[in-house]
Amino acid sequence: MSFNIYKVNEELREFMPPEILELEEKATWGNPKRGVMDLPYAKELLEEHSLCAGCPESDAFRYILASLPNPEDTIIVNSTGCTSLVFPQIALHTVHSLFGNQNAVASGIKRVLEYRFPNKVKDVVVLAGDGATVDIGLDCTLQSFFRQEKITTICYDNEVYANTGGQESGLTVKGHVFKMAPKGKQWDKVPMWQLAIDSGCHYVVRMTVSSPRRVEQAVKKAIYVAREVGPTYIHLYTPCILEIGRNSDEGLEEMKLGDKERFSFFEYMTPQAEEVIKRKKEEGLI
Amino acid sequence: MATLGPYHFSPYPTAVVEGVLTPPPGKGLLYNEIVDEEVAMREAAKQMLTRENPTIFVGPLIIYAWSDEAKENAKLVREMAEVLNAKIIPMVDYRPKYPKINPEVEINPNHPNLTIWHNNIKVCIFIGVHCHFANVALKIIRAETDCLTIAMCAKMGHEDAMITVRDQHPDDIRKFINIAKEVKKELGK
Ligand SMILES: Cc1ncc(C[n+]2csc(CCOP(=O)(O)OP(=O)(O)O)c2C)c(N)n1
Ligand code: SF4
Ligand SMILES: [Mg+2]
Repeated sequence: MSFNIYKVNEELREFMPPEILELEEKATWGNPKRGVMDLPYAKELLEEHSLCAGCPESDAFRYILASLPNPEDTIIVNSTGCTSLVFPQIALHTVHSLFGNQNAVASGIKRVLEYRFPNKVKDVVVLAGDGATVDIGLDCTLQSFFRQEKITTICYDNEVYANTGGQESGLTVKGHVFKMAPKGKQWDKVPMWQLAIDSGCHYVVRMTVSSPRRVEQAVKKAIYVAREVGPTYIHLYTPCILEIGRNSDEGLEEMKLGDKERFSFFEYMTPQAEEVIKRKKEEGLI
Repeated sequence: MATLGPYHFSPYPTAVVEGVLTPPPGKGLLYNEIVDEEVAMREAAKQMLTRENPTIFVGPLIIYAWSDEAKENAKLVREMAEVLNAKIIPMVDYRPKYPKINPEVEINPNHPNLTIWHNNIKVCIFIGVHCHFANVALKIIRAETDCLTIAMCAKMGHEDAMITVRDQHPDDIRKFINIAKEVKKELGK
C-alpha cells in the first residue's frame, strides 16, 4: 500500500470527476498529527455522499477519517448498512465484508499484514452498525476480543437497522417502537461497551459524536492501544434521524441529549493501555 | 450467441451458457470464434472507427498511478483514444454509488447501461478493469444494450465481450495502436 494507490495518473486527470480528484488534492495523508482541525480545509468524504442529509453518521465519518494517524496504511473493514454506502466516496482502503463477519475478516487481514509487512505499522479498523456489531455479528465481534486481536472496532449505534427500513436491534432501547417493530421492543438495550470490557478490550469508550475533538481523541487512543496491546472498542451514538422522526438539522441536538443520558461519556482503559496513551501524549501524538 | 445485445432483456445474458469461452494464450475471441490476436485487434479497431460514439472505459488499474506499468498504460490509453477518435470515460470505483452517478463523466459496473444509454455509445473498449467487475459489467451491457464491447485484458480475457484480447501489457497495447493506425488509413479516416 502507498499513497500512489490514490494518485490519479497525470494523463487521465482531466477525465476524472472533479469531486474524486479533490479527495486526493485535499487529503491530509502522511502526518500522524492530523485531526479534526484540518476538516475546514481537507476533504475526507464527498459532499454528495449517500447518507441522508444531516445524518450524524456522516459527521462521525468525517471526524474518524480525519483522525486516523496512519491513513495510507489503514484498512477499514465495514459491513452492510447505511455506513457501508459511503465507502465509494472516500479515499481509503476499505474491505466490505459479509454482514456480521467484519471482525473475523479484520482479524485475518491484521494477521496477514503483520506476517507480510513485519516492519511496517498497519492499522485495521472495523466500522459497522449496531445490527452488524451486536446482533448478527456479535459472535465474530466478541471472539475477536477474546482472541486479543490487535484491531479497533467502532460501532455506529443508531439503535436500529436503518438501512433495511427500521427493525429493532439489540441496541434499541426497551419499549421503542419502529416501523417494523410495531409492538415495541420487549428487552433491554445490550450494554455493548460493558461486554467489550468483560471480553478483554483494553480501551473502551462510549460517547456521542457531538464533539469532534473528543471523537479524535478516542480514535487516536483506540488505534495506538490496538497497535501495541490488543482489541479496542469505540461505541458511538449516531442517531438515525430518519427513523426517529427528527429533521436533518436536529442530529446534533439529539446527540447532545444523548450526552446527558444513556450516552454520557464513559471511558475505560487497562493499565497497559494507560501506559501507551501516556507515552503517545508525551510524544504529542494525542 | 456472443453477438450484439438484443436491445431487450436477454434470457441468456452470459456467453458461457452458449459454450463461448475465453481464448487460449496468444489468441483473441471474435464474437464466438477463436482467432489470431491480430485478427481480433483489426476488427476491434475497425469497429471503434466506424460505429457511433466510440468510448474507452478505463478502470482503476490504469487510472491510478500504483505501478510503472499503470503509468505507462495511462499514456497509451491517451494515444489510443486519439487514434480511434474515442472518448474516455473512467470507471473510478466499483462499488454501487448511490444516489446516482453522473453518466456524463463516469461509469459504474453495477449499472453500466446508464452510461451507455445516456451517451448513445455503440462501441466501447474496457481496459484496466478488474476481472470480476468487467465480468459483471459486460454481461449487463450484452443483455441490455446494443453496444459492441471490446475487452483489452491483462489476464485471460472476457467471453462476455464481443471482441477480446488477453495478456495485454504495454507492448501489446502499442501493437494494437499501430494496427489501429493502419486500419484508420485503410478506411481513409
Ligand atoms: C448476511 C446478511 N443478512 C442481512 C442483510 C440485510 N441487511 C442489510 S443492511 C441491514 C441492517 C444494518 O443495520 P446496522 O448494522 O445497524 O446498520 P445501519 O444501517 O443501521 O447503519 C441488514 C439486516 C445482509 N445484507 N446480509
Ligand atoms: S436511514 Fe438513518 S442512519 Fe441511514 S443514512 Fe438515513 S438518517 Fe442516517
Ligand atoms: Mg443501526
